Amino acid sequence: MTVDTMTPMQRVLMTLSHKEADRVPFFLFPTMHGARELKLSIKEYFSTAEYVSEGQLRLREKYHHDCLSSFYYGPAEIESWGGEVIFREDGPPNSGRPFIQSTSDIERLPVPDITEVPALKRVIKTTEMLKKEVGNEVPIIGVVMSPFSLPVMQMGFDKYIELIVDHERYFWQLMEINQKFCINWANAQLSAGATAICYFDPVSSPTIIPKETYLKTGFKIAKDTISQIQGPTAIHLASGISLSIAGELAETGAVGVGVSVEENLADLKAAFKNKLTVIGNLNGIEMRRWTKAETEENVKQAIRLAGPDGGFILSDNHGEIPWQVPDETLVNISKAVFKYGYYPINEPDPKK
Amino acid sequence: MPRTNEHLITALISMNRTAAHDIIRQHYNGKNTFLLIEQLVVPALETIGDLWTEGIVALSQVYMSSRIIEELIDELLPPGDPGRIGQPKMAIAVLEDYHLLGKRIVWSILRAGGYELLDYGRVTVAETLEKIVADKIEILLISTLMLPSALRIKDLKSEMERQNLKTRLIVGGAPFRFDEMLWRDVNADATANNAADSLKVLNGIVEELT
Repeated sequence: MTVDTMTPMQRVLMTLSHKEADRVPFFLFPTMHGARELKLSIKEYFSTAEYVSEGQLRLREKYHHDCLSSFYYGPAEIESWGGEVIFREDGPPNSGRPFIQSTSDIERLPVPDITEVPALKRVIKTTEMLKKEVGNEVPIIGVVMSPFSLPVMQMGFDKYIELIVDHERYFWQLMEINQKFCINWANAQLSAGATAICYFDPVSSPTIIPKETYLKTGFKIAKDTISQIQGPTAIHLASGISLSIAGELAETGAVGVGVSVEENLADLKAAFKNKLTVIGNLNGIEMRRWTKAETEENVKQAIRLAGPDGGFILSDNHGEIPWQVPDETLVNISKAVFKYGYYPINEPDPKK
Repeated sequence: MPRTNEHLITALISMNRTAAHDIIRQHYNGKNTFLLIEQLVVPALETIGDLWTEGIVALSQVYMSSRIIEELIDELLPPGDPGRIGQPKMAIAVLEDYHLLGKRIVWSILRAGGYELLDYGRVTVAETLEKIVADKIEILLISTLMLPSALRIKDLKSEMERQNLKTRLIVGGAPFRFDEMLWRDVNADATANNAADSLKVLNGIVEELT
């Protein structure tokens, strides 16, 4: 079989149920590439829902990947508290000066009304526009920052680590605020037409915090938050490792997990088999200099290691393709998926 | 002091400030700061850095360890103390990046290693050039998290070459870990795999220059 016989939605759903679809689905998240497509600056591109919706649709036409994304940029959520967003010409916007300067600021922090935040309203509008365009044929992935990882932007990474270690009361107070916000934000995106939510939670990775801390914090928060999100959720650790917390991740209620290139894909597939769909793990940083042959080889290897028996969606390792990755490389990834991704995929390599 | 080293590593990884400080104070006799740095502090920080690279300890533990040690060394060897290693002149910066944790950790570790260095904070290429000329910096460490910021190092290096500046560039951060070729692509002089590794790399360059 060398042609698609399923819609992207059917393919993804079958994969999530740990069965082999017609081929391995692939999720590309070229968040900023739509700007290039529309010949706009990144800042202009993110200024209206129409641009992002058009960009996403054009990119899918070009790369034929199995999802659309309504994600703009991480600091969009920070705008809800009046936080500053700093745009640059060659990469994703950053959050500016943290607005939590001392632990006592946490006591005065409100739960923002998401319907009043221009940046979030644009995301909702984009989701609605995409849904109108593709209906139930293509999954639309919405994104939230986890309550546990959002403080990196709210207060700075160093101060946040100190909060976790030294100020338990304020930490839980902040988590309560962030959790309410996160659940509202996720459910608003689902109501607008998102099929699933990507719960971005890099701080929960053992790359960032020890497992014993995760069990007392990020794990509990994820489990409780995901149970209140009214749709399927995948946890993304944004390049962070996950093997040593595989069992716990599977207990959070998520259906998928974004995995790191720093761990072996076969090991990851074995650890999450029949529990969570593995999403990953092409190296987005190296990708900017991949040749056509390297691209094909990396895609082929990933598919062969993790594709059998379903439960695998090919994607990058971070959940966002860097601006520096050429369009041609993304086309080559797509071509390689259509060359090697059809089931059954364990056939011997014809070249060998 | 292998057993003491082990105890110090355990105290640091479990973020036990009191235990870590007690271990060092027990061995301090008023004039052996550099011996303690060399025999206790540096090996402990290097081991913790390696354990992070291997995925055994977490970044939060690396950060807290570096802060705990920095506090203590600052007591024994206060900032500006002539005993600190201030030559060749060096500085640390984050180039057009808004993520400062990596720099904070490297800063703490280098200070815990007895170095005196300037902290430029977040700077542009133009500001970096101005500062390294004004301060006669011979070694510049740059920490990055974002790929675009890492790539800007190439622009900095070209401009340095154009101005005939010989400052050595040591780079590090996530993009360099995910792409082992990147430090060469941006024409840096060296890279470090983790924050503690930067101490090792710096020691090598300092030795070469002095």
